[in-house]
Amino acid sequence: MWDFVKLLVLAAIAVFAAYVASYARDLAHLVHMIIIMLVAAGLFIWQIRRVGEPAPVHDPGQYMDGVIRAGVIATAFWGVIGFLVGVVIALQLTWPQLNFTWAEGYLNFGRLRPLHTSAVIFAFGGNALIASAFYVVQRTSAARLWGGNLAWFVFWGYQLFIVLAATGYVLGSTQGQEYAEPEWLADLWLTIVWVAFLAVFMGTLINRKEPHIYVANWFYLSFIITVAMLHIVNNVQMPVSIFGSTSVPAWAGVQSAMIQWWYGHNAVGFFLTAGFLGMMYYFIPKQAERPVYSYKLSIIHFWALIFLYIWAGPHHLHYTALPDWAQTLGMTFSIMLWMPSWGGMINGLMTLSGAWDKLRTDPIIRMMVVAVGFYGMATFEGPMMSIRAVNSLSHYTDWTIGHVHSGALGWNGMITFGMLYYLVPRLWQREGLYSLRLVSWHFWLATIGIVLYAASMWVTGIMEGLMWRQVDAQGFLVNSFADTVAAKFPMYVVRSLGGVLFLLGSIIMCYNLWKTVTSVGQKKPAAAAVPAE
Amino acid sequence: METYTALRAFADSWHLLFMFLFFIGVVVFIFRPGSKQVHEETSNMIFRNDDRPAAAGEEPHAGKRSEKQEAR
Repeated sequence: MWDFVKLLVLAAIAVFAAYVASYARDLAHLVHMIIIMLVAAGLFIWQIRRVGEPAPVHDPGQYMDGVIRAGVIATAFWGVIGFLVGVVIALQLTWPQLNFTWAEGYLNFGRLRPLHTSAVIFAFGGNALIASAFYVVQRTSAARLWGGNLAWFVFWGYQLFIVLAATGYVLGSTQGQEYAEPEWLADLWLTIVWVAFLAVFMGTLINRKEPHIYVANWFYLSFIITVAMLHIVNNVQMPVSIFGSTSVPAWAGVQSAMIQWWYGHNAVGFFLTAGFLGMMYYFIPKQAERPVYSYKLSIIHFWALIFLYIWAGPHHLHYTALPDWAQTLGMTFSIMLWMPSWGGMINGLMTLSGAWDKLRTDPIIRMMVVAVGFYGMATFEGPMMSIRAVNSLSHYTDWTIGHVHSGALGWNGMITFGMLYYLVPRLWQREGLYSLRLVSWHFWLATIGIVLYAASMWVTGIMEGLMWRQVDAQGFLVNSFADTVAAKFPMYVVRSLGGVLFLLGSIIMCYNLWKTVTSVGQKKPAAAAVPAE
Repeated sequence: METYTALRAFADSWHLLFMFLFFIGVVVFIFRPGSKQVHEETSNMIFRNDDRPAAAGEEPHAGKRSEKQEAR
């Protein structure tokens, strides 16, 4: 019965998508409808071949790790794609000739830039968060994922969202709001997937066998709930027609700007911080084989972080039409955020106290520690840049880009790499990683890459900020905008080089993980709970 | 009173006070007597149930209390 309902729904979606595609008003919408039609038709065929088969058994005595394995593969795959597009656009900024005439309107910088940001944040980071959330919540709840195949729906649904968003950017379907570029169709789909994600996570927590909810789950839960709230409020809009990808936003003017940066900054705060802190609070203690330094501090970290972060958005709108009191509020809360951030950093680092020798012997823990170090650095730099006077120099310059990348590459990237190195041998029951030497290579390539990136962006950012405000004795501006662009060339070359090194490191990681799965021996079932070293 | 002004006045008075007290309450609660043992137990829970879920009826941490801080 249930099988036939699914078949009917899939057939209806495929036919409807074909109908909409035939009347599509723009190329992006046409391509999206064809993708949806193909997915629905493919699922229909897949389903019809399985009619009458017994439903898959979900044994509550086993963890559901298949979907996590898929998530790990997707994380590594999208990571390389995202870093590659990043390198391409860095090269395009250095040598504008790379915006080829034949690809104009599809592969020029303006089209590829959102593709890069969304690929690294939502595809790489999002898959890492979903996979690690599913892993951590099962282990700390001592219960199988709730909802059976719903977890698979979350995984594949999220990949479909990524494909819709990515094709949309290249074909010019965008809302023009940073980190919220996808149009209404992809937005609605993501909402459905996200609610399913929340249901799987909450259901597992409710089924838990442990009396307490481990702190990492608090961070993951706040990440899921807050991202749902942000996504819905920032995407309140009316589609012009179901046959086209454009829509009209409900908010206008300064309200729209404020909601966009309330969304934007909390995407950083809850997607790239809270979620990844959940990773930190599980994987660092596990890899170090010591409990977290202070559990009390971790709870204070959690509450202080979520109470303060939500107010920090207005610092993106200094010196705009936003009322002064709102700007000051955003600035003040950003500075206060320094404290919980550093509390969390200290908690992560001090987890190694008494085991500092692991830094020498274990490149994975080194990666995680450097990640926490970059978390501390970025959360010091951020509050500093949110001070209005500092922001008057730094805003609109490459300093901002450098800040974002020391956070994204250093903190999110490195902790995710550490998580992947931790998870792959365990998920595929291998004795260990294929090569620790290659992990060290990855570590150094990535670290040097980030240093080159961040340092060149500090130099070029402060330089262009100073050049923009330089006036002569008569009060005239000294430099034209093109002068600053010309002056930035050497730093752009260094930045591209840093990006290449980071990309190279991630490719080495993929090779290492591939070899781990294919050519390392099966782990023998341990008699006692001996940690895999 | 206009909605904006009313909400604004509520936000920077009663709601601010509520959030401040809630946060202080959290901190006080964390340092309540007896919390040390709970926190030690909770921070060590990640070192069990690595391979399979706890079976029905089984206490996930039964008999493990004494060996918490060992080299696991």
